[in-house]
Amino acid sequence: MALRQISSPLSPETARSLKTGDRVLVSGRIVTARDQVHKYLASGGKSPIDLSGTILYHCGPVVIREDSSWRVIAAGPTTSMREEPYEAGLIRTYHPGAIMGKGGMGQNTLKALKEEGCVYLHLTGGAASYIARSIESVEEVHLLEFGQPEAMWVLKVSNLPALVTMDSFGNSLHADVESNSLQILKELLKTPFHRKSHS
Amino acid sequence: MEKSVLLSSLQNIIEKASTVLPEDIRRALEKSFTEEREASVAKDTLGMIIESAVCSKESTRPICQDTGSILAIIKSRPDESIILIEEAIHEAVKILTRNGILRQNCVDPVTGQNTGDNTGKHVPQIHFVPIDGPTTVSVMLKGGGSENVSTQYSLPDSSLEAGRDLDGVRKCILDAVFKAQGKGCSPGILGVCVGGDRASGYLLAKEMLFRRLDDENPCKILGKLEETVMEQANSLGIGPMGLGGRTTLLGVKIGNAGRHPASFFVTVSYSCWAVRRISAELDSEGRISEWL
Repeated sequence: MALRQISSPLSPETARSLKTGDRVLVSGRIVTARDQVHKYLASGGKSPIDLSGTILYHCGPVVIREDSSWRVIAAGPTTSMREEPYEAGLIRTYHPGAIMGKGGMGQNTLKALKEEGCVYLHLTGGAASYIARSIESVEEVHLLEFGQPEAMWVLKVSNLPALVTMDSFGNSLHADVESNSLQILKELLKTPFHRKSHS
Repeated sequence: MEKSVLLSSLQNIIEKASTVLPEDIRRALEKSFTEEREASVAKDTLGMIIESAVCSKESTRPICQDTGSILAIIKSRPDESIILIEEAIHEAVKILTRNGILRQNCVDPVTGQNTGDNTGKHVPQIHFVPIDGPTTVSVMLKGGGSENVSTQYSLPDSSLEAGRDLDGVRKCILDAVFKAQGKGCSPGILGVCVGGDRASGYLLAKEMLFRRLDDENPCKILGKLEETVMEQANSLGIGPMGLGGRTTLLGVKIGNAGRHPASFFVTVSYSCWAVRRISAELDSEGRISEWL
């Protein structure tokens, strides 16, 4: 499948045009936000930066201080589902162009993606070195009081490969895989271990 | 044992755990890569995982940015060296956190403050096992995402129609694999403890993750259960990173512990593909004499 180049912040048209299954290469500014930032924004905290159209990345990177600058050592995605209670509200308030993380999100987020014209981009969990290669620099850091992994890091990335797994048309690859696997699980639970192993 | 020698050994052990994927895991990932369909998301994902692990090893960077909770198990004669090893672990962890080999992963749950150096109350977690043999240190760095989906069942479980027997155990494990999708990074490895109590179950299940993927369970019936669960879990179609595919698990390791007549716990410790585990033997000076 062809790779499509997209740049962050995304235009509303770009975000609306992406479909589940599309492979993209992301360039531009992305912003990390994980548990503490989500809780803070959901409980009335103000975002220190404009998030409209930007890619909000569920990530707690390893960043070290070198002289006067920051260097990203490893920066893979964290489990997105933990932000499910907050994400729909955050999408409606701040209008990001995409949410990026791993494992996908639930029905509330999917509904907000559809209403606001936003997408979910999936990265491979644990592929921290692979992903770090696409990170060019740290542009800014905010909310460092939440700790190094939980701060809001503004990163400049170039050609970061991602997969669209939830789109603004109501599609979710995660929901599809889950419902298929549930059917198989139900069948497996009916087949006893002993009978099978001794047959 | 010599303080400075021990510090250098422990730094070496923990750094290797964070940056080098164990050989058996790497081989299993490569085998799975060949088994996934051409041009599938599953094959692509496994390719990325394998490439990323190579890159981590070559550049001495953490395999995953979540360098996990630190568990160390010291096996040694009960002498003064244990205290020295414990101190060396704390010191090594602080140094490696400053160097970006470990992420700042210890948060005080009362104040919400990150301690910044990976040490805190009961952190890192260190267990001591007295033995009459050479001193060994085993370290596991287990990520938060995979720890969050680790779970414990109490049989019978009516929602799964799981009774107090090995078939009930099988049902619990499959349920845990299903529920971990989208959270713990698959393909996963399961450490399971059948029996024990609430506390020992979790520790023993985690310790099962130290077993090599190609080892043989000394208990035949549990070995058979491992095979069955492995085959059935991989038929669920969850696949790498839960995006669909043939590879949902790389291994299942089941151990057991005596249980109270009233209790029948099944504890599942889920590990993501990025298993960070390592064991080494130390000589009388504290030098690494052998990687185990």
